[in-house]
Amino acid sequence: MHSDAPRIQRRLRHRRLVNACMLCGAGACALLTVVPLVSVLYYVWSKGHSGINAAFFTHLPKPVGEPGGGMANAIVGSLLMVGAAALMGLPFGLLGGIYLSEYGHSKLAATVRFAADVLNGVPSIVAGVFVYALVVVPMGGFSGLAGALALSVIIVPLVMRTTEEMLRLVPRSQRDAALAVGATEGRTVLGAVVPAARAGLVTGALLAVARIAGETAPLLFTSLGNRFWNIHPAHPTPALPLQIFAYATSPYDDWHVQAWAGALVLVTITLGFNIAARIATRGRFHLT
Amino acid sequence: MVTKESPVRPVLAARRWWSPARRDRTFRGTTALFAGLLLLLAAAIAWSLAHGSHAAVVKFGWRFLTSREWDPVADDYGALPFIWGTLATSLLALAIAAPLGLGAAVFLAELAPPWLSAPVSLAIELLAAIPSIVYGLWGVFVLLPRLRPVQAWLIEHASGVPLFSGAPIGTGLLAGALVLAIMILPILTSLSRDVLNAVPKSLREAAYAVGATHWETLRGPVLDYGRAGLVAAALLALGRALGETMAVTMVIGNTPTISVSLFQPAYTMSSVLANEFSEATGKVHTAALFEIAFLLFGLTIAVNACARALLWKLGAGGGAAVRD
Repeated sequence: MHSDAPRIQRRLRHRRLVNACMLCGAGACALLTVVPLVSVLYYVWSKGHSGINAAFFTHLPKPVGEPGGGMANAIVGSLLMVGAAALMGLPFGLLGGIYLSEYGHSKLAATVRFAADVLNGVPSIVAGVFVYALVVVPMGGFSGLAGALALSVIIVPLVMRTTEEMLRLVPRSQRDAALAVGATEGRTVLGAVVPAARAGLVTGALLAVARIAGETAPLLFTSLGNRFWNIHPAHPTPALPLQIFAYATSPYDDWHVQAWAGALVLVTITLGFNIAARIATRGRFHLT
Repeated sequence: MVTKESPVRPVLAARRWWSPARRDRTFRGTTALFAGLLLLLAAAIAWSLAHGSHAAVVKFGWRFLTSREWDPVADDYGALPFIWGTLATSLLALAIAAPLGLGAAVFLAELAPPWLSAPVSLAIELLAAIPSIVYGLWGVFVLLPRLRPVQAWLIEHASGVPLFSGAPIGTGLLAGALVLAIMILPILTSLSRDVLNAVPKSLREAAYAVGATHWETLRGPVLDYGRAGLVAAALLALGRALGETMAVTMVIGNTPTISVSLFQPAYTMSSVLANEFSEATGKVHTAALFEIAFLLFGLTIAVNACARALLWKLGAGGGAAVRD
């Protein structure tokens, strides 16, 4: 027994050393995770803010070589398409989500839940291919309508699942109380359950809108992009992410500056929506 | 024959027709309709992709999956370079991101005090919301210029290794994988952190009670308990990586070749769709792209279904925390 003591001591020192190394390693991992992400934000700000001025929000793109110009058309195009997609997709997702949460024990509900999860995992570019076949080919050309439809295909399963999760957080007793005072099922859901989950539903909607506002891939061959104004739903429509892509892959320096400025606007919008959503729920719900 | 109808009666009749029970049925039916429409949407997507790829399936058959040709002039198409590029970049990205994400999750869940872990977690979750195109922009103008000297050095000093052959142009498999790794780190970290947080306290306390160090506790009972949840998190992140389009397209070089070199330009399934779809001329070219979209659709569904099945099997266990 006596002779074992130093060995055990050594072993313990070794184990403590391993422990310290591994825990430091975890800290280093956390640092390494944060560094590139901070770098992205830093460069978006430092390279983008010089391109932000009044002209950026009010002017059309200028031809190569001419200084100035902006992305006003792309910003308006994005607003129109994202707005139309939200108008089409949010009610669809909301009603479907109500079904999943309030009548969710049927076989249909289980299948829909699975389908929504599967669709949420499908790459957004596939939504573009789908809408290309569904709308662009029959209509004979790229259009803002097709772009909005592609975005709404992405938003529907997303909103359906968050709506379900948010409604499920409303306690059973709230429904029972409404039913007990004679409300019908429909009135119970619309008058008691949905209002109780309002903050969560708003959060889900904001996050979904923020998500599609930054989507580029599904617009590439649905709305295509446009260097001029267009608010006609049947014509190619510009969008902020598309314009950033076009400028970033061009060989011109002043277009690169515009691309960074566009990225700064896009990041501000998406992060703004995300932060607003978090404030709306004030930590009451956990969303990933 | 004039009878004075009571003004109340038609109202009552209408009331009866539009009775509470009928209203409930209508409400329920409406919500069920929209839920059901989602199934229709999923089926329509699958059908339209399959239908669109018909001409290519007929012309190439199984050869499409094994051929390296991608020749719009000769109208000869094979998907192998794109499948290779997608799998290589995604798996490489996961190999880079998984240890980092797990380490960061350990730090956030176990080591950091709340005043540090809460804002860092929030920041990481917010970063998951940054659009792909922004990561692409960063990749092109920040990552690539810094990658070139590293490449040049490696090519010069390790030229014998096939992994490091090629020209130091920056774009290529490695650049694509790095950008992807950065993009999946937030989801990987926050899902893994949730898994670690869901491990019951009693398990740790039991390990501490028998004298285990913090690391031994983590490596033993905590990882054991959370293993399936962590695997599911990795699969969900892999699903994201497989379908990621814009950022990869901007840095991968977009050349349909198959090479083990990290510095050779490559091409992914989503990138070829992004680059060629709107300009595809000819029926077979379009059909080949549709078939690639269909393959990508199937691949991501398979990966996500595996993750879901894993979580489902776990039920209320460690995986309950993992949702995306």
